[in-house]
Amino acid sequence: MSARALPFAVALAAMAMVPLFSTSPFYVNLTSQVTIAAIGALGLNVLVGHAGLNSLGFAVFPGLAAYLVAWLSTVGGIDPVFAALVALGGTLAVAALFALVALRTTGLGFVMITMALCQIVWGAAYRWTSVTGGDNGLSGVPRPGGAWLPLEKPEYFLWLCLAVLALALVQLGRFFDSPLGVALRGTRDQPRRMGAVGYDVWRIRFVAWMLAAAWGAAAGLLYAWYHQFVSPHMMAVTASAEVLLMVVAGGAGTLAGPLIGAALVVLLKNLASIWIDRWVMLLGFTFVVIVLLMPDGIVPGFNRLTASLKRLRPGPAPKLVPRERADG
Amino acid sequence: MPTLTKRTTASWLAATALSALAALPAAAQQPPIKIGFMTVRSGALAAGGKQMEQGMEYCLAERNGMMGGRKVELITVDTAGQPATTKTRAQELVERERVNAIIGPLAAFEALAIDDYIRQVGVPVISPSAAAEDLTQRKQNPWFVRAVGTSAQANHALGEYAAKDLKLKRVVTIGDDFAFGHEATAGFQRAFEDNGGQVVQKLWPPLNVADYGSYISQIRTDVDAVYAAFAGGNGLRFLQQYAEYGAPVKVIAQMTTVDEGILKSMGKEAVGVISSGWYTATQDVPGNKEFAAGIRAKYGADPGYYTAGAYEACAFLDAAVKAIDGKVEDKQALMKALRSVKLEKGPYGEVTLDEYGNPIMNVTIRKTEEKDGRLQNVVIKTYPKVTQFWTYDPKAFLAEPVYSRDYPPAKNLGK
Repeated sequence: MSARALPFAVALAAMAMVPLFSTSPFYVNLTSQVTIAAIGALGLNVLVGHAGLNSLGFAVFPGLAAYLVAWLSTVGGIDPVFAALVALGGTLAVAALFALVALRTTGLGFVMITMALCQIVWGAAYRWTSVTGGDNGLSGVPRPGGAWLPLEKPEYFLWLCLAVLALALVQLGRFFDSPLGVALRGTRDQPRRMGAVGYDVWRIRFVAWMLAAAWGAAAGLLYAWYHQFVSPHMMAVTASAEVLLMVVAGGAGTLAGPLIGAALVVLLKNLASIWIDRWVMLLGFTFVVIVLLMPDGIVPGFNRLTASLKRLRPGPAPKLVPRERADG
Repeated sequence: MPTLTKRTTASWLAATALSALAALPAAAQQPPIKIGFMTVRSGALAAGGKQMEQGMEYCLAERNGMMGGRKVELITVDTAGQPATTKTRAQELVERERVNAIIGPLAAFEALAIDDYIRQVGVPVISPSAAAEDLTQRKQNPWFVRAVGTSAQANHALGEYAAKDLKLKRVVTIGDDFAFGHEATAGFQRAFEDNGGQVVQKLWPPLNVADYGSYISQIRTDVDAVYAAFAGGNGLRFLQQYAEYGAPVKVIAQMTTVDEGILKSMGKEAVGVISSGWYTATQDVPGNKEFAAGIRAKYGADPGYYTAGAYEACAFLDAAVKAIDGKVEDKQALMKALRSVKLEKGPYGEVTLDEYGNPIMNVTIRKTEEKDGRLQNVVIKTYPKVTQFWTYDPKAFLAEPVYSRDYPPAKNLGK
């Protein structure tokens, strides 16, 4: 295990041990929610942090996957695991179609088009009452598992979520280090030059889009199993904005950022509200503070803070390292 | 050592206090009854949430914060009107606070979001306002009762009244395009057409449409009335804009369209609207006069749908707790008592629950009039003991699909 992986392993192990110390399943369930949100945020981070594509419609991927698995395993009567696989495939198929539209643009255009695509699916979920149940949603979604893996128990479900999160961290960590990951960041910073040196910018972005969709769908499956209920609210603009908030607050482009951001949002929303009546205001206030003090997110902000503290302390002269030129 | 002395003194004091407590009657020793209360304080539904809190607060104050001889500890949580948050709040109430019962949540989709969860953990839930038909019909939950009618409950009565008493023949319906609007309209249409009327056009403006103009201009003028089914602030906006278009035909309405909660913001456009419902501040039933006057004195506004719903939910729980002598730890007994609740008086007057956990109560036909310097819904007819199934056979009713946009099918569109 490399030194970089150690903090993640410690954090995941600590989360996995919540059931051993918590007296009530409430905190176990809360940890599951943080984990699910973190998986989704990691997915969006591929687009926002590494591809430089700000999406305001990310909730469409978890939403599609959740609706598909919910519909297939309740109305369709299919086994939850098989339904999950079909839902994953279905979400990726739709994502590929959406890519044809969304990846024609970047910048503000991309923000608008992703939001519009999400709104289309939201609208279908809301209005196609005979299939989706309209705003009453679909309830009674069964969790998979059986006697050997009792996923209806909060602690087992948490461990499943953490296993998926670990998988996401390993996969995405390796992807970001791979030549393709470096090329992706190249398309973020200098798309025209990348094109000029022979990279197919569209295809690289397409890979990033599909990767984001896949992890978004994974989060959606866990979401549907966790709540055992899906409704159009999970694809509302505010839901997409919330994931974006997690990524931006935690630190886009970092691996730990989405985790920290997800924990912050979920805990502020669900834990702070126990003691504070005006929790929505607290949420807003916290983000204002983050944006003012750490405009690029908590993780980069914290790194900068420790670096400047180190500089204050007398130590060996810094080694001369050739600095990368910003314009490549 | 000073700390030791302090600690000894403290424990001695505690021991004295304990022995003093032991001398008090047994009831005082019992821990308080914990009630979880799910309201909405942020977002579009916050206005209803506030009225619910008033109803709840008023009910507890009236009982000096006691139920069945035990103190009540109310734990209020804000669901923000989002299903996922509602689920987490329910978990917080059950798993962290270990409440004995839950009153809430506000919206039907919130109640549906926690439906499976309350089945699993088995905690008595009384909904003060979620009206979705299936909650006490095809998807009835052993742990769920409600202190509010179904979406269609009062609209069956309005359908019959419109056909028989108002002698309307042809009606256009317009309603919010979500489950509550669909179900209410379906109930009206069914009873209206069964009594010889015809629904010739159905319009569904989206829930958050800014301008009803394009819908109002579609309303046919060769009809006898427009039936309006709106929730929240939409009734206000529709009636205002309809009046601006000259109000070509008269309006009959579902109860929340002219609810007291928004009636105070309305003007002349609401006068003359005929509606139906199980609650209005003016209804003359045992207990409502005091209730309405009390709410008006305390909060400066007439009670409405949400105020009365929360009050009744609280009164249901109080009656059930009394029936089992405050032993709320026995969840099964509490639930059984809740299901057999019978109240003689209150905002709804006499009310009992049917075997599905839905109230059987009076439904009134009201006309909005200006009286004592404010708009009021004046009762013109009362249908006693109305059930969620109206005059239909429950078995046959439940065998059919749930009311929706397209069910029952409208056979007279375009005629």
